[in-house]
Amino acid sequence: MLIAIIALSVLAIAFGLLLGFAAVRYKVKTNPVVDQIDALLPQTQCGQCTYPGCRPYAEAIAADEADINQCPPGGQTTILALADLLGKDPKPLNDEHGEHAEKTVVYIDENVCIGCTLCIQACPVDAILGAAKLMHTVIASECTGCDLCIPPCPVDCIHIIPAVEDTKKISVKLPIAPLLINESDQ
Amino acid sequence: MDNIAPSSVTRMMLNVIYALIPGIIAYVVFFGWGIVLNILVAVTTAIVTEIIMLQLRKRPIKPFIMDGSAVVTAILLALALPNLAPWWLTFIGVSFAIIVGKHLYGGLGYNPFNPAMIGYVLLLISFPLEMTVWLQPDSNISFSQNLNYLLHATLNNIDAMTMATTMDTVKTQSGLGLSVTSIQSNFPTVFGQFAGKGWEWINLMFLLGGLWLLFRRVISWQIPTAFLISLAVMALIFYPSTDTSPMYHLFSGATMLCAFFIATDPVTASTTPNGRLIYAAGIGIFAYIIRTWGGYPDGIAFGVLLMNMAAPMIDYYTRPKAFGES
Amino acid sequence: MSLFAKYKFNGGLKLAGHKKISMQEKIADAIIPAQLIVPLQQHIGRAAKPIVNIGDKVLKGQCIACLSDSKNNTVTAAIHAPSSGEVIAIEQHVIPSMLKQTGDCITIKTDGKDTWHNDINPINDPLSLDNDSLKQIILEAGIVGLGGAGFPTHLKLTTKNSNKEKPIDALIINAAECEPYITCDAALIQEQATRIIQGIQFIQHALNIKKCIIGIEDNKPQAIKALELALDDKTKEQIEIIQVPTRYPAGGEKQLIQVLTGKQIPINKLPRDLGMICHNVATTYAVANAILDGIPLIERIVTVTGDNIEHPKNMRVLFGTLMNEVLNSCGYTENNNQDIIMGGPMMGIHLDSANYPVIKTTNCILVKNNKTTTTPLPCIRCGECARVCPANLLPQQLFWYSRSKDYDRLQEHQIFSCIECGCCDYVCPSHIPLVQFYRFAKNEIWTQESDKKISDHARERHEYRQYRLERKKAEDAERKAKKKALLNKKQGIDTSADDAKKSAIEAALQRVKEKQTAVPKNTSNLTAEQQKKIKEVDRRRSDKINPAANNTTTKNTINPKDDNNG
Repeated sequence: MLIAIIALSVLAIAFGLLLGFAAVRYKVKTNPVVDQIDALLPQTQCGQCTYPGCRPYAEAIAADEADINQCPPGGQTTILALADLLGKDPKPLNDEHGEHAEKTVVYIDENVCIGCTLCIQACPVDAILGAAKLMHTVIASECTGCDLCIPPCPVDCIHIIPAVEDTKKISVKLPIAPLLINESDQ
Repeated sequence: MDNIAPSSVTRMMLNVIYALIPGIIAYVVFFGWGIVLNILVAVTTAIVTEIIMLQLRKRPIKPFIMDGSAVVTAILLALALPNLAPWWLTFIGVSFAIIVGKHLYGGLGYNPFNPAMIGYVLLLISFPLEMTVWLQPDSNISFSQNLNYLLHATLNNIDAMTMATTMDTVKTQSGLGLSVTSIQSNFPTVFGQFAGKGWEWINLMFLLGGLWLLFRRVISWQIPTAFLISLAVMALIFYPSTDTSPMYHLFSGATMLCAFFIATDPVTASTTPNGRLIYAAGIGIFAYIIRTWGGYPDGIAFGVLLMNMAAPMIDYYTRPKAFGES
Repeated sequence: MSLFAKYKFNGGLKLAGHKKISMQEKIADAIIPAQLIVPLQQHIGRAAKPIVNIGDKVLKGQCIACLSDSKNNTVTAAIHAPSSGEVIAIEQHVIPSMLKQTGDCITIKTDGKDTWHNDINPINDPLSLDNDSLKQIILEAGIVGLGGAGFPTHLKLTTKNSNKEKPIDALIINAAECEPYITCDAALIQEQATRIIQGIQFIQHALNIKKCIIGIEDNKPQAIKALELALDDKTKEQIEIIQVPTRYPAGGEKQLIQVLTGKQIPINKLPRDLGMICHNVATTYAVANAILDGIPLIERIVTVTGDNIEHPKNMRVLFGTLMNEVLNSCGYTENNNQDIIMGGPMMGIHLDSANYPVIKTTNCILVKNNKTTTTPLPCIRCGECARVCPANLLPQQLFWYSRSKDYDRLQEHQIFSCIECGCCDYVCPSHIPLVQFYRFAKNEIWTQESDKKISDHARERHEYRQYRLERKKAEDAERKAKKKALLNKKQGIDTSADDAKKSAIEAALQRVKEKQTAVPKNTSNLTAEQQKKIKEVDRRRSDKINPAANNTTTKNTINPKDDNNG
C-alpha cells in the first residue's frame, strides 16, 4: 500500500516535471490574442462598438468585457471569424450598435467648407487633407467610412456617398445544390 | 473512349451488387438458403429504416433511396452474419448500422465509420452466442427448415448440424496447442483443400467479383492489393510458428469480401492514392493480429473500424504533390 | 516529319471529339451585320479607353479605343473598328463572361462598304524586326491570346531591362485544341499553314529564339500534313512539329509544356521562368497578318456547331457581330430547351441567350439540347475526381473545404493551381458542380485578401496618426519645459534686482520717517493770530460739510483754494 502511494507520487512528480519542462522549452510563440482579434476587425475606427477605435475594442474583447457582436462594419463575417478564433458561439449582430451597411466614403462640399480643420482633427486615419483657412478635401481611397468627421463640421458640408465599387471585384455565389444542404447551412 | 467509372452513385452500387452475386451463389451452394433469407430481411430493414430516418431528418426521400447505398450495406452485413441467424439479429444489426452508423452522422457521404462493420461489431459484442451458430457445410437443411429457424430460432438436431467456422475451429483448437495440420485432419468437415471447406469457394467467387469491379473502375486497385499483400506478408512472416499459411488467410473468413467490398467503401476509406495503400495495409495488419493473437476469430471488422478512425489523418499527410509543386 | 510526344501528363480524360461535323466545309467569309457592338474589354486586364465620339465616321481597321497609359505597361489592349460605318453609341451592353457582366461597348452602324482605313502599312522587311518593334506592332494591332484567355500578346513579349531575365530558348505554339466540338484552329491550320509558319519565323527572329515546337493533337491528321508541307528545309531546322496524344486538357498551357518538354512549370511561375513562351496558333496567324498585311485584329475564326444547326462550320466573324446573327447564318432553329455556350462543353461559358457580341476570345458558339438536370447527391469520396485531375489536386478535399469556407486549408491544397478544366465535374458520380465551388472559393479568398489589405492599410494610418499626436504632445511638452526653464533662469536674476530695489525703497522710507520725527511739525508752535485763522478755516470747512448746522448758504463747488490747509 505504502509502496503504491510512493510509486504513484514519484510518477506524478516525474511527469509533472517533464510536462513543465516541455511547456517552457517547446513553448509555441503566438501573437497575443489582442493582436489576433485586432487583425480580424475592419479598422474603420468608427467607435460604433462604444470603444474609441478598433484596438480598444479588441482589448475589451480579450479582457472579456465586450461581446463579439458589436461591430457593424465588420458584419456577420467578422462575428463568425471572432467566434472561430475565440471558441465562442457566433451570434447575430447586436442592433444597438448599428446595422451592417455597404461601404461608404465621405466627401466635402467645397463651396461650403470654411477651412476650420475640425474635421481633420476628428479623422482617425488622417484621410482629410487641408490646413487652417485652406480648402479641405477627403482622400477617398483612404476614407474608411467611419463618419466621425460629420458631427464636428460647423457648416455641415460633409456628405456620405457610396464607395465606388472596384470593377475588378466580382461576386460569385456559393452554388446551392438542394441535397447538399445540411441543417447547419440553413 | 476512356474507361471511366459508372457516372452515377446508383450505377456504382448496382455494379457492387452484381459483383456480390457469384459469392452469394457459392454461399448458397455450400451452406443453404439461410443466407438468402438473411439478405431479404436485411435489405427490407435497411430500406424501411432509411425511409424513416430520411423523413425524420426532413430530407428528400427518392434520390437517397434510389442510390442503393443502404441496400449494399445491408447485403454486406448479412454476408458477415452467420447463416442461421434469427430475424431479430439481422434486424437489430441493420437498423443500428443505418440509424447510428449512417444517418446520425449526416447520411450518405458523412459517416466516418463503415456502417456494416459497426452493425456487425454491435452484434458480435452483444449477442456472442447467436453470432456463432454456423451451419455445417453440406448439411443440406431444407428451405422451410431455414425459414423456421429464421422465425423461431429452433432447429431439430441443431447441435449436430452446427459447427464453428473454420477460423473459429482453428482459434479454439490452436488454443489447445494443436497444430493446424492436425486440426485439419481432426476436423475434416470443416477444412477444405487449404482453407475452410466451402469458404475457399466463397472467397474465390468474391475475388472474381472484385476483379470485375476493378475492371469496371468502380473501385481502385490500391485498397484490395495493399490489404491482401499486407495480410499475406504478415502471415508469411509468422508462418512457420503459427501454422496458418498465407493461403489460408487469404481464402478464409471474410478476407476477399473485405478486400473488394468492405474496405473499399468509398465514404469511409482514405481518399488519396497513397493514403489508400496505407489504410488497407493497416487493415491487413490488424486483421492478422486479431486473428492470431486477439480474442475474436475474425479481425476484419475491428481492423476496418480502427483504420476508419485514422483515415482523415492519413489523407492529410498523403496529399499528392500538385502540378508544379516543389 | 512530325514527331510523337515523349511525355505525358497525369489525369485527363479521353472525350468524344464531335469534330467532324464542323469540318465539312471551308472556312466561310465574315458577314457584315447592320450593327457591330464592340466591347471595350475583350481581354484580360482593364478596358481600353475610347478615342472616338458618337457621330464619328470610322473606317475598317481604324483604332477606336486604345491603351489608357502612355507607358504601355498596363494590362490592356487596343480595339479597332471591324468595318466601316458610324459610331452611334458608346454604352453598356451585356458581354459574354461567366459573371453576367455588362461592359462599355462602342456600337457602330455599318455602311456596308467595308472600306479599309488608309493607315494600313505592311512591314517591308519583317525579318529585320527586333523585339521592341515587334512588340509595338502587336500592341498597335490589338492582338490578344486567341486560345480563349485573351491575355494581351505584347505583354508576353515584354523584355525587362534587367540582365537577370532568362533568355527564351523555346517558342511553343499551341495547336492542341483539346476541347470537343471546337475546330477553329484545325481549320485555320489546314487553310493557312504557310502564313502561320511565317508568323512563327517573325517571332523567332525578333526575339532570337532558336527553337520552336508546334504541339498538335494526333486527331488532326490533315492539319499536321498541311504544316509539314509548309515547312521547307530551312524552317525544318528551327520548327519542330510534335503530335501529342488526344486527351483533354492537353491544350492547357502547363499540360502541353509538360507533354512536349517533360518540364513542370512551378506553382506561381510562368513559362517564361523556364525560358519558354507559349502562343496559340491563331494568335501567331494574327501576328503574321499584322506584319505582312499591316491589318489589326478585327475578326477571328469561330466554330459554329452543335444541335439544331443546319450548316455547322467554321467562319470568320467580325468582332461585335451578335451571336444570334452568326447562328442564323448557319441555319439555326431556336428552341426553348437549349443551352448556348461560348466555348466548348467543358470550359465554355453558358449564356442565357444569343444576344451577345462575338469578342476576341470567342472560339466557338456551341448549341446543346438541355439534358435533364440531375440534382447532386453528397460527395461519396470515391476519388475519381482526383484520378482525372490534370493538376494533381484533390478535388474532393477542395470541395469539402470550399463548402466549409476553410480558406487556409484550401490554400494548403493549392486551390489556385486549379485550371478549372472540368474533368472532375465530368466524372463525379454524384453530379456535383465542382468547378462552380472552386470559382466561389477562389473569389472569396481574393476578396478576403483585398479586404485584409484595406484594413491593414487603415490600421497603419490610424497607428501613425496616434504616433503623430503623441509625438506632437511630447514635442509641445518638451518645448514648454524648455521655455519654463529659460523663464525660471531669467526670473532668478530679476528677483535679485527687485530685492535691491526693495531695500533701497525701505531705506528711503526709513529716512523719511526719521526726517519726519526729527523735523517739527509746522502746527506745533503757532501764534495766537495763526490759531485764530485756523479756527476760522475749520469753521468754514465744517460749514461746507454741514451747511444746515451753520445756517449759511454755501456754493456747492468747492473752491480749490479753500482746501489748501493742513
